[in-house]
Amino acid sequence: MSVNQTSFRSKWRAFTDRMVTGLAILATLLVIAPLVAIFVYLILKGASSLNLAFFTQVPKPVGEVGGGMANAVVGSAVLLAIASLIGVPIGIGGGIYLAEFGRGTKLANSIRFTADVLNGVPSIVMGLAAYSLIVLPQGHFSALSGGVALGIMMIPTVCRTSEEMLLMVPNPIREAALGLGLPNWRAVLSITVKTASPGIITGCMLAFARVAGETAPLIFTALGNSFWSTSLNQPIAALPLQIYVYALSPYDDWHRLAWAGSLVLIALIVLAVSLVRYVTSRGVLKGAS
Amino acid sequence: MPEIRISRPQVKAEPQSPAVTEAAETRKTEVSAVRKFLMSRGNSAFADRCFHILMVLCALSIFGIVLFILMELMHTSSLAWNKFGISFFFKAYMDPATGLPSYWDPVNEHFSAIPFVYGTLVSSLLALVLAVPLAIGVAIFLTEMCPGALRGPLAFVTELLAAIPSIVYGLWAVFILVPLLREHVNPMLISTFGWTKLFDADNPTGLGYLSASVILAIMILPIISSLTREVMTAVPHSQREAVLALGATRWEMIRTGVLRNARIGIVGAVILGLGRALGETMAVTMVIGNSPEIHRSLLANGSSMSAVIANEFAEASGDMHRSALIEIGLALFIVTIIVNALARLLVWAVTRGAPARVH
Repeated sequence: MSVNQTSFRSKWRAFTDRMVTGLAILATLLVIAPLVAIFVYLILKGASSLNLAFFTQVPKPVGEVGGGMANAVVGSAVLLAIASLIGVPIGIGGGIYLAEFGRGTKLANSIRFTADVLNGVPSIVMGLAAYSLIVLPQGHFSALSGGVALGIMMIPTVCRTSEEMLLMVPNPIREAALGLGLPNWRAVLSITVKTASPGIITGCMLAFARVAGETAPLIFTALGNSFWSTSLNQPIAALPLQIYVYALSPYDDWHRLAWAGSLVLIALIVLAVSLVRYVTSRGVLKGAS
Repeated sequence: MPEIRISRPQVKAEPQSPAVTEAAETRKTEVSAVRKFLMSRGNSAFADRCFHILMVLCALSIFGIVLFILMELMHTSSLAWNKFGISFFFKAYMDPATGLPSYWDPVNEHFSAIPFVYGTLVSSLLALVLAVPLAIGVAIFLTEMCPGALRGPLAFVTELLAAIPSIVYGLWAVFILVPLLREHVNPMLISTFGWTKLFDADNPTGLGYLSASVILAIMILPIISSLTREVMTAVPHSQREAVLALGATRWEMIRTGVLRNARIGIVGAVILGLGRALGETMAVTMVIGNSPEIHRSLLANGSSMSAVIANEFAEASGDMHRSALIEIGLALFIVTIIVNALARLLVWAVTRGAPARVH
């Protein structure tokens, strides 16, 4: 009797074990399925409408087939340039403080924590903040306010990735620089930061790619523009905004352009993510330690 | 005010603190003693000081951003706050003619956030219900079962899933997911679970809370699963070996040895996913249907806090309308700050000993 019970229990245990293994594999497949589906549809629908006109022409009026998103591509570039001007220097500076000066201090820990928390704040809130900072006093929507919103979003990401990259630089390199008589600021900038620069650059690219796809903060700052405009004081078009407008429109030709625009965005992001992975996994920085 | 606090620990506390802490830090003490000597020599003290202050300012800007957002939003939402007060989130204006609540009426300036809070809560919680079991399953597979060759590519894929912009998810949801749900899933749900009144056939578009939840679940999955994975990897190997040595099967080892030790961190990961879901804007805006109403049916059109801001802010009809929308944004900001802080603390409590990892 007891032998029977034991064998039933052990069979049951083995069965649960196999079932859980199966469920875990099933879960993994279920998670990969949407990714595959998204990529397949993006490539199927996007690649067929991605042509030279997409990058060289402005949108045609409603009803006319063709046209491109040249103004949105340029608009995104302008916005991202403003965002990088704000986000990259301040972010790297914050990263240098965290990695070089503030290691282990309470201030550094609380800044690190706040940066992580700030990373999780919804992007639409950043848009509201930029709106009340710039659009409200100026009285009109502008490219500048969109760029500022994106720049604020970049700071915490750049700060954390630069810190992590700088921490990978081995200490003897810092001491060798100081031992040669360099002042500390020079040692940090031309030795430590330079050693970590591949990592820092890819970290910036990652932040860049993330904000490149942001739509929510731009809706009421940059607003969008269906004409050619590069003025910082005027509403400006942006790729994600244009995708949003086109996706909700009733025209097939605009849907086509929306898919093509998404493909361009995704290509940018895949590139950035793979670069980051390549740099961190190759251990470019770990070589000396 | 905060700047006074930094200069002190930087000069005094640095050389003292390692002596107090454990053996792991003793190596650092030597290093910093050498460096301290080298740095105190030289005649560049002024330039170094300026550089130091500049970097501190950059770092402090992160505090500055949080305070600035808080103050700006409080300032611009004061109009709505003064008129409605805290009851903005609880009470709705009752229309005397029909006896029905009028939640959101920009023309007559009756504003109440109830339908948006409801929509945000329903869609986020349903998304968590869908995503959490899957995310934990993936994390278990990746840390405990996966052959080494597959681990790298699969981790890369989940990372990629986290980096796709929400507008692309929204586009995909509008053209692929919503038709799929409308044609195949919703009729099934209506016929089997229609009696619960949670699913009814009134909405032929396929948009609504359920579609929003499904796309949210897909979006928060990679965040939850990668953090869960991090937390599970931080569980020491001796725990696993001890449980296996007692004769446990692999699942029993995972359950008693890994999941039980990592549970606080997993809760943190789930809360972090909740934070993302609460604030997610574009994809939700595109599929939730955008009507300021409250429905019991999950297939009905609704709206969420972020969706209503995205939808109405650019063409808000007046100062009060705008102010009410900003107040919703302020509530979203405070809630996500609290939720994220809580989640980070929980994750940090578990992975404290593990080395830093690049995301």
